[in-house]
Amino acid sequence: MVRFITRRVLVGVATIIAISIIVFGLFFAVPSSPAKVMCGKNCDPASIAAVETRLGLREPIVEQYTSFMKGVFVGRTYAPGTAFERQCDAPCLGYSFRNDEPVTAILKRTVPVTISIVVGAAILWLLIGVSLGMISALRRGTLFDKIAIGISLTGASMQVFFFGLILLYGLVYATGWLDFPSYTPFTENPLKWAQGLILPWVTLGFLNSAIYARLSRAQMLETLSEDYVRTARAKGLPLGRVYTKHALRAAITPIVTIAGLDIGASLGGTFITETIFGLRGLGKETVEAVNFLNLPIVVATVLLAAVFIVVANLIVDLLYAVIDPRVRLS
Amino acid sequence: MTAPASAPNSPTTTDKDPYLRVNDLRVQFPTEDGVVKAVDGVSFSVERGKTLGIVGESGSGKSVTSLTIMGLHNTKRARISGEILVGGRNVVGMTEEQTRRLRGRDMAMIFQDPLSALHPYYKVGAQIAEAYKVHHPNASKAEAKKRAVDMLGRVGIPQPARRADSYPHEFSGGMRQRAMIAMALVNDPDLLIADEPTTALDVTVQAQILDLLEDLQREFNSAIIMITHDLGVVAQVADEVLVMYGGRAVEFGTVEQVMRRPQHPYTWGLLASVPSLHGDSDADLVPIKGNPPSLINLPTGCAFHPRCRYAGRNGDRSFTEVPELHQVLERGHLVACHLSEADRTKFYAEDIAPSAGVAQ
Repeated sequence: MVRFITRRVLVGVATIIAISIIVFGLFFAVPSSPAKVMCGKNCDPASIAAVETRLGLREPIVEQYTSFMKGVFVGRTYAPGTAFERQCDAPCLGYSFRNDEPVTAILKRTVPVTISIVVGAAILWLLIGVSLGMISALRRGTLFDKIAIGISLTGASMQVFFFGLILLYGLVYATGWLDFPSYTPFTENPLKWAQGLILPWVTLGFLNSAIYARLSRAQMLETLSEDYVRTARAKGLPLGRVYTKHALRAAITPIVTIAGLDIGASLGGTFITETIFGLRGLGKETVEAVNFLNLPIVVATVLLAAVFIVVANLIVDLLYAVIDPRVRLS
Repeated sequence: MTAPASAPNSPTTTDKDPYLRVNDLRVQFPTEDGVVKAVDGVSFSVERGKTLGIVGESGSGKSVTSLTIMGLHNTKRARISGEILVGGRNVVGMTEEQTRRLRGRDMAMIFQDPLSALHPYYKVGAQIAEAYKVHHPNASKAEAKKRAVDMLGRVGIPQPARRADSYPHEFSGGMRQRAMIAMALVNDPDLLIADEPTTALDVTVQAQILDLLEDLQREFNSAIIMITHDLGVVAQVADEVLVMYGGRAVEFGTVEQVMRRPQHPYTWGLLASVPSLHGDSDADLVPIKGNPPSLINLPTGCAFHPRCRYAGRNGDRSFTEVPELHQVLERGHLVACHLSEADRTKFYAEDIAPSAGVAQ
């Protein structure tokens, strides 16, 4: 088990390093000068050079990359020995090209928003989606099953920007039942936090529940036809126990995998949801940074997204090993 | 069902009565393509301590029969009529809860593939203990565990206390089937249904498992139904044999009668398609031509007639009239065939006996 974990962690670290190199390389392959962008329209070569020195853009790419990575773990000093020298403590992710704000401060502001959206929505979609799917599998062919399939088909074929806007119109603009979504830190006021995020939760949660309901239903139906479920019945176990203890545990395994990856990927940014509801989360920040060629933010957010996915993957693998003893062997 | 869980023997039956009696069982599944007549009027009985072998190709209705006895069919989807008396209680028409109380305690089942029949996520010992505990709600966890280890030992698993904590995938095929048997026998059932218990196993392990079942039958004095398509298995363990075709019984008798003096052309075909150590080593195996019939659209008359060499020897009855089981030769030997006694004796002597695929 220890070897299994070590191996997975090492693979994860390697993945993240590879991604960081690719992202870094990609942005330098783009023929553009961030210094020019920052400097504005009427910019003389001297001030561009000054900006480039200050941001450390005059060093070779490889060196820039190593100083960036060094900054993440031990901190770094920008433009040492010049008038622009400044100290950036670990974890240093650099400064925004646009307004010189430290990237870590930007992340501190935006990541909690995205986490709040994703966690709330995930709880909704897992609870509703999985239970709906399981129940319709157990009541296959009944009216409940048909209605559930119908709803989930509708949900699965809708898009966030469409459903979200309908909700916004129906619940905010037309009726005024809810305020326009806003973000209040959970630690400040949990109630306001939930109130402000209810619409994005419902939007993202409903649409994903549809997918999870279909997935769970299919998994459960497949599991119910397994021989070991028949064995459990042949033993004389009550149906409730057969379903919960024998069928559910097997049916839930692939759902754990997909949920873990979905949540990991969503944490990297839910751009459309954030945009519709005017929330400044990681997704929105990333897309804006890409538009401005704001390299430090892009590198940081893409790396963070990669870390989320790698960690989610790791957790899924570990959960898998906990659920399925056959995995522990290999 | 009022008998307490700890007293499985019903006082309404004595050892002399057959423990299981099936009367005119019919099982049908309505589907979009038509009604599947999986079992169509089958009757038999099994006494305690005796083994009935049910033989037939896939789709002959043998597995459906056993699952119906266990009450494992969805009563909403299957139409079941007739009578299944288990220790005097009619299982047909019982509620799910009533059959559930019998399952695993009065009647238990062993399945074909022990790897897929055991739950991959739970330890073998825990799965057996669970089977015990569900019918002994007052037993403690430790008692159930001890009982499970006990049973693993009795089915010949070495170091049962240690092996009880293994998962099914850590067992070999034969071990798994032993564990499956331990699970089935953990509540001393009076009826054990074994559905092709050796089909998924290595040949060398098959005989061990059959021996084990025989030993345990002597010990527990249970009635056993052995469902198989392997005539060798039947010859080894069965006392009586029921041959099924297209959802109906076509031949019934003691193992001696059916294997040595088979009377139905289908049984002849089954025997001729099995290699024999004692027959002519150059003789070719003779497969039964054609395929098992569709259970939605059974051939008219005798369902076997499209595949039967001897169809039409007795007017057109083979094609129009469904043959009933009737006694031939000896007491207790029943055959559903339109051939006249004389013809059957002649064909058997001329065509079948010489090639002697008959199990020895």
